Amino acid sequence: MELSKNILSSYTESILDTFPVEKIRRDFPILASRVYGKPLVYLDNAASTQKPSSVIEAIRHYYTAEHSNVHRGVHYLSEMATQKYEAARVKVQKFLNADSEREIIFVRGATEAINLVAATYGKTKLRPGDEVLITGLEHHSNIVPWQMICEEKGAHLRVAPIDDNGDILLDEFNRLLSEKTKIAAISHISNALGTVNPVKQMIEMAHRKGVPVLIDGAQAVPHLRVDVRDLDADFYVFSSHKVFGPTGIGILYGKTQLLESMPPYQGGGDMIKSVTFEKTIFNDIPYKFEAGTPHIEGAIGLGAAIDYLNLFNWSRVQEYERAFLQFAEEEISAVDGLKIIGTAKEKAGVISFVLEGIHPHDIGTILDREGIAIRTGHHCAQPVMKRFGIPATARASFAFYTTREEVRALVRSIQKVKEVFEHV
Amino acid sequence: MSDLKALYQEVILDHNKNPRNFKKLEDADCSVEGYNPLCGDHYTIFLKMDGEVISEIAFQGSGCAISKASASVMSTAVKGKTRAEAEVLFEKFHHLVRGEMQGETGIDELGKLAAFSGVSEFPARVKCAILPWHTMKNAIEKNKETVSTE
Repeated sequence: MELSKNILSSYTESILDTFPVEKIRRDFPILASRVYGKPLVYLDNAASTQKPSSVIEAIRHYYTAEHSNVHRGVHYLSEMATQKYEAARVKVQKFLNADSEREIIFVRGATEAINLVAATYGKTKLRPGDEVLITGLEHHSNIVPWQMICEEKGAHLRVAPIDDNGDILLDEFNRLLSEKTKIAAISHISNALGTVNPVKQMIEMAHRKGVPVLIDGAQAVPHLRVDVRDLDADFYVFSSHKVFGPTGIGILYGKTQLLESMPPYQGGGDMIKSVTFEKTIFNDIPYKFEAGTPHIEGAIGLGAAIDYLNLFNWSRVQEYERAFLQFAEEEISAVDGLKIIGTAKEKAGVISFVLEGIHPHDIGTILDREGIAIRTGHHCAQPVMKRFGIPATARASFAFYTTREEVRALVRSIQKVKEVFEHV
Repeated sequence: MSDLKALYQEVILDHNKNPRNFKKLEDADCSVEGYNPLCGDHYTIFLKMDGEVISEIAFQGSGCAISKASASVMSTAVKGKTRAEAEVLFEKFHHLVRGEMQGETGIDELGKLAAFSGVSEFPARVKCAILPWHTMKNAIEKNKETVSTE
């Protein structure tokens, strides 16, 4: 009898109870702060995640003891800065399981990474009448750079549609791939709806037609462990600040052969081997794409964020986040008059919602005074909003430090929003 | 909640729920769009002038409670006023929502517009409150360019 009770309790004990979320929160100093006299409830992680002490300390230490320019001087500090900067590149390589650190380009963020590929790969490969294929889920940063280069080259932007749940119609995606398609660019996880796209399958479909694929991983890296070789992604991009690292730095991963075939993005120092007024010999990858003094402390901070993430058992984190999302969806969808936008088969980290008769902006203002930070608006994904016939949503987005109590606080405050408006 | 109560006053909640002059004016002299793409507030203001006097004003569109109530209260406030009087109200309303009313003639004169005094405590929402007013101003100046206050 005693034994069966134990078995029963171990079955019902959820990862939501055992995952050490309070311990993790202590690593993030900002999470203990108060706003308007109330404990901060930070539910805007899809916009930017907070930073652990180790990242903050790595940046402080760099400027206190290690700063100079990289790849320049023979002196101690320059050597030190170069070593730290390049060590960060190797950390990113291992983080993504790339073949070589030469395939890791430091850029300002996912946006710049996509612009880089559009302006170099797109510029040399696209001919009039060619096509670039994206999906109906993309963030503006994976739409506009392609639109710009398509317009310049007389090429066309094609969009694989999504269904009412926010899932990409894979048959349509497959049908839109043709010999005219020069590149496909797909988000790994949608920032507005949280849809996790079957990118491995989509890459396979594209490769069968000889089309290279860029994956926008900005929303994926904080929630999944990405293996670019397993995915067989041709390009993979992400931003450091969405994965617990500093702002102003991000990563473009590209397969060696592709990167070598591409012209430089910007000209300047560091991207050259030799310069005369007649001719410049460009540097090898990755330096060919890193003109000028780079964001050294950003790279070091990102390296520290990756070190931090490596402390976790990621299958457990993913199990927790999956259970957490289910819990949050149940709690939030129980609110009368609330509708969740985006009900894809597989989702991560994001709950977008609308309240009947109350504009998301008003929800955001009232929640803010309760100490709750959410995002309201179109989430830089206006075509997604248009697809669902709404101008905006309110979006709560989670990280592995988000607690169930924070979701309950959100639900209580949504009730307050309703009270304010139903009072009339 | 006191700041919030000051923001979402009865007048604002009422005009949000039951907006006045919320229709299309088929015989408008001028219609102008106001659009704040970041938050999605999007209105069209229709105006009919009788010489210098605003004889009819109406609006359509959607957005947050602050912008919708602002359009509605504005429509009741400027109807029947001259162009010059409407411009004076425009200035006063701006000072009110930016918290710059000191030393100016009384808040009482503003009537229902005074309900927007709480907006000044919410700097991110000022753009919502003033969008209809800027749109109306363009309309009385017959400037058909789409207005944004973001």
